Amino acid sequence: MRITVSVDGTKYTDDVEPRMLLVHYLRERLGKTGTVVGCDTSNCGACTVHLDGHSVKSCSVLAVQADGCEVTTVEGLARDGRMHPVQQAFHDNHALQCGFCTPGMIMQAIDLLADDPDPDENAVRHGLEGNLCRCTGYQNIVRAVRDAASKMAPGAGPVAEQVSDSEITSRAPSHTGGGS
Amino acid sequence: MTATAEPEVGKARLRKEDARLITGRTRWTDNITLPGMLHLAVLRSPMAHARIVSIDTSAARDMPGVVAVLTATDLDPDGEIGMPCAWPITPDMRHPRRPVLAATEVNFAGEGVAVVAARSAAEAEDALEHIEVEYEDLPVVLDMEAALAEGAPLVHEDLGTNRSALWVFDSGEAGTGGDVEQAISDAEVKLTRRFRQQRLIPAFMEPRSTVVDPTGPQLTVWSSTQIPHILRVMTAMTLGVPEHKLRVVAPDVGGGFGGKIAVLPEEMMAALVARKLGKPVKWTESRSDAMLTAHHGRDQIQDITISATRDGMVTGLKVDLLADMGAYLGLVGPGVPLLGAFMFNAIYKIPAYRFACTNVFTNKTLTDAYRGAGRPEATFAIERMMDELAAELGMDPLELREKNWIRHDEFPFTTVAGLTYDSGNYEAATERAKQLFDYDGLRREQQARRASNDPVQLGIGISTYTEMCGLAPSRVLGSLAYGAGGWESASIRMLPTGKVEVVTGSSAHGQGHETAWSQIVADQLGVPFEDIEVLHGDTQFSPKGMDTYGSRSLAVGGTALVLAARRVLDKAKPVAAHMLECSVDDMEFTGGKFTVQGTDQSVGIQDVALAVFAAHDLPDGYEASLDSDATFDPENFSYPHGTHLCATEVDTETGRVSIRSYVCVDDVGKVVNPLIVEGQIHGGLAQGIAQALYEEAVHDESGTLTTGTFADYYLPSAADMPTFVTDRTETPSTTNPLGVKGVGEAGTIASTPAVVNSVIDAVRHMGVDDIEMPCSPMRVWQAIQGGAR
Ligand code: FES
Ligand code: FES
Repeated sequence: MRITVSVDGTKYTDDVEPRMLLVHYLRERLGKTGTVVGCDTSNCGACTVHLDGHSVKSCSVLAVQADGCEVTTVEGLARDGRMHPVQQAFHDNHALQCGFCTPGMIMQAIDLLADDPDPDENAVRHGLEGNLCRCTGYQNIVRAVRDAASKMAPGAGPVAEQVSDSEITSRAPSHTGGGS
Repeated sequence: MTATAEPEVGKARLRKEDARLITGRTRWTDNITLPGMLHLAVLRSPMAHARIVSIDTSAARDMPGVVAVLTATDLDPDGEIGMPCAWPITPDMRHPRRPVLAATEVNFAGEGVAVVAARSAAEAEDALEHIEVEYEDLPVVLDMEAALAEGAPLVHEDLGTNRSALWVFDSGEAGTGGDVEQAISDAEVKLTRRFRQQRLIPAFMEPRSTVVDPTGPQLTVWSSTQIPHILRVMTAMTLGVPEHKLRVVAPDVGGGFGGKIAVLPEEMMAALVARKLGKPVKWTESRSDAMLTAHHGRDQIQDITISATRDGMVTGLKVDLLADMGAYLGLVGPGVPLLGAFMFNAIYKIPAYRFACTNVFTNKTLTDAYRGAGRPEATFAIERMMDELAAELGMDPLELREKNWIRHDEFPFTTVAGLTYDSGNYEAATERAKQLFDYDGLRREQQARRASNDPVQLGIGISTYTEMCGLAPSRVLGSLAYGAGGWESASIRMLPTGKVEVVTGSSAHGQGHETAWSQIVADQLGVPFEDIEVLHGDTQFSPKGMDTYGSRSLAVGGTALVLAARRVLDKAKPVAAHMLECSVDDMEFTGGKFTVQGTDQSVGIQDVALAVFAAHDLPDGYEASLDSDATFDPENFSYPHGTHLCATEVDTETGRVSIRSYVCVDDVGKVVNPLIVEGQIHGGLAQGIAQALYEEAVHDESGTLTTGTFADYYLPSAADMPTFVTDRTETPSTTNPLGVKGVGEAGTIASTPAVVNSVIDAVRHMGVDDIEMPCSPMRVWQAIQGGAR
C-alpha cells in the first residue's frame, strides 16, 4: 500500500506492507533509529512518538494508519541545534542513564505537559506509567518533567514541539534548578 | 587561566553522553545495517525437557526471502562447541556442554534448535513457523530440592546427578574464626529461618542484539554486551577464531545490570552463520525471547541459623544455600553465590561462620549475575535475621545492630570470612539516616496505630549493609578459581593540539564514564573537561580491558586512569624543563602548568604536547611521545556501606503495601560526580524494591515461563516507586588513590531487606514473622490470616 507521511517535517511517500508497524517503518525505511523497540506487547513505551500531535506507541500502530498524518520523533524535536525544553530538562536533571527509554519518555512527557502544563509529582508518575525505565528509578525523570513544566510558559499548546524557535530559545534553561 | 581552578572531581557535571541519547543520535547495535546483511531468527524449544527426534527445515527453506535454515548439524557437525563457563568453583564441578543450538536434546524452554537467515527480519521470523521439529517428552525437574532427591529425573542424564558443585567456607577450618557448630550448640539463643530468593529477570531495556561482519580482515562483532573484551577472548577460545582476527565492539548499550555479562550462543551462532554464508548477519531478540533466554538472576533457597547471647551478642552464623543454576552453567553463574559467601557476616563482628552452597541443575533458563550478584542475597539474609533476632530478644533492631557492628575506631578489621575491611563509619551513616527519617517519631506513630487497631499499620525496616566492590584483586580471584584477573587498564594520548584522548578498558552502558573519566583526567592533567574525549568499548582502539560489572569501574578503572596520567606528567616533565631551560628538579606542576619554582615562568601541558609532536627541540635521546598506559590491579576490595530505613504502610484488610518514606545514607567514599552517584543509587533502589514487592519469574509445572512478557512480569513503573531521600557520609577508601568505593550495586543490595523488614514489622504484632518475596498483596494478606490463626 502507498502511504504519504510527514515525519519530523519531511514528507515521505512509500509502498509498505499492510502489516508493517509504524516503528519498523520509521527505523528500517526512514532510518529514524532514534525511536527504539523495547518490547513486543506494547508495555514499555520505548517506541513512543507523536501522531498528529499526540503520543502513541509506534509498535501498536500500523504504518498505513499513519497515512496522511504528521509524525514527530525524538529526532524532530530540536530546532536549529537547540534542544526542546523537555530534552534540556532531561539533561539538566540527569534523567537518563543508558538512554534506551529516553526517546519514548521524552515524547510521552511532552504529551503529558500538553494536557497538564503544571502536573504535580503524582500526575507525572501516573502520566508516565506506560513508559518503563530500568536505570533511573524514575525520580530524576519526574524531576525533569516538572522542571520542564516550570520553564515552559503555561498553556504551551497541545503540541509542545511546535513552539517557535524563538520561544524555545527564550525558554532554554541556562542552569539547573527548579523542579521538585 | 588561573592555576587554582576548582577541582573537577566532586562537581555535579552534566553528562557528556546525554547529547546523543536525548536527540536520538544513538548507536544501538540494532541500528547497524551493512551491505548484504542477513537477518537471523532463532526457533526455540517450547518444551523444558525433550529429545529432538527430527527437524525438517525444507518448507522453511522455500519461504520468501530465506537464504538458509541451519541446525546444530550445519553449524557444529561434530558437536565440539560449548559455551564457556569461566568460573569452575571446584575441581570436580559438573559442567555440561551447552551447545550453540541443541542437537539431540533440549533442556529448558527457550533453548535454540534452528536458525533462519533471511533478507529481512520479518521474513526470517515468518519462516520459523515452517520448521517442523518432532520432540519426545522427557521428565521435567524444576524444584531444587526435588532435583537433589534420590531418583529424581536428571537434567543431564550423562552427569548422573543434578548437583553441579558443593562449595564450603568454614571459619574454623580457615582459621578466621571459631567453630560454628560449637557456637550454635553453646548458644543461649538460636534462630533458624529459611528464605527464598525468588528468580528475577534483569530486564535491561535494550533487547540483546549482535551484528557480525565476516568480510573484513578481522571478523567484526558488534554486540549489546557489558563485556566486549571478555567476549573477544571467549569467542576466540570457543570458536577457534585467532584472537588477532577478531574485533569486538560494544556500541551504545542499553543497560545490563549483569544480564549482559554473558557469552551468548546467539553471538557464536551469528559468527558461525556469517562465516558460513560470507555475509554480514544481524540477530536482535524480541522482548519475549529476552525474558525467556537472557539469563535470570537470584533463585536461591537459604537456610540460615544465627546464635547469640541473651543480651544480643551474635556468636555464630551458619548458611546453607541451594542455588539454582538452571539447565546449564553461565559465564560466571557458578561463582555468583561465592560473591555472597564473604558477605553474610556483613558489618558485624561474628566470631564463627560457616557457608555451604550446593549448585543445582533444573530444566529452567540458566541463572547468572544480576545487579549485586550474590551480595544482595547475603545482605537480605543477614539483615532479615538481625530483625528476627531483635524480635526474639525484645530489642530494638537498630540497637541490636549497633551492639554487633564494627565500630569506626576498629578499622581495619579482618572479618570472620577473611576479608579486611579497610574503612567505614557505620555510626555516622546510621545517625544521619535516623535524623532524616525521624526514626523515633515514626516508632511513636507505629505504637499509636497498633494501640488504636488501625487497619493500616506502619512498619519500619532497617538495612545496614556493606558490600565488597571494586572487583577484584586478581590473586583473590585466582584463589577462588575464577578464570581471569581483576585488573583494569587505561591509556592517555596527548594530541598535538593539546586535546586528550582517554581510552578505558571498562565498558560503560549507562554509568556515565565519559563524564566521570573526563573529570578525573581533567584534574590529573589540569586540562579543561571539554578537551577530553573518553573512548571505550571497541577492541580496535581499546585492546585491553576487563569491562564493567561488580561496581568495579571507578575503583579499578579510575585508578588506572590516575596512574596513566601520572606517567604522562613524568614524560612531559623533562620536555617542560628543557623548554623553560631549568632543571627537572626545579619544577612544580599545578593546574595544568609546569612552573619554575619561585618564578612566574611556566609552560602548559598542552603546549608541551605540541612541542613533543613537532619534536624539533627535545632533550637529547628523548622518545617523542607523552602517550601512556597503565594497568591497575587492586590489592583489596573497597567496602561501601550505608544505612537504609524504610517506612511502609500495610493495609491489613487488603494486604496492600505502600512505601511511605525511604531514606538512605550511603558511604561510597569519595565522590567524583554526585549527580551520577545519586542516579546510581536511585536505580539500584528501584531494582531492590522491585525484588521485595513486585518481581518474580514464574514457571508452570511443565517448565513454561508464565511471566515471559512485560505484561506478566511486574517491572515497576514511575507510579510504583516512592520518592527517595538520599544522603551520603564520606569515609574515603584506603585501597585506591582516589578514595572511591563504587556505587553501582549499593541501592539494590540494601533496599530489599529494608523493605521486607518494614512490611513484617508492620504486621509482626499480628503473628507474622516472615513473608516470601515478592510481598504481593495476596502474600501479605495470607500471612496476616496465617499469623492470626
Ligand atoms: S516497543 Fe512499543 S511499547 Fe514497547
Ligand atoms: S535510562 Fe536506561 S532504561 Fe531508562
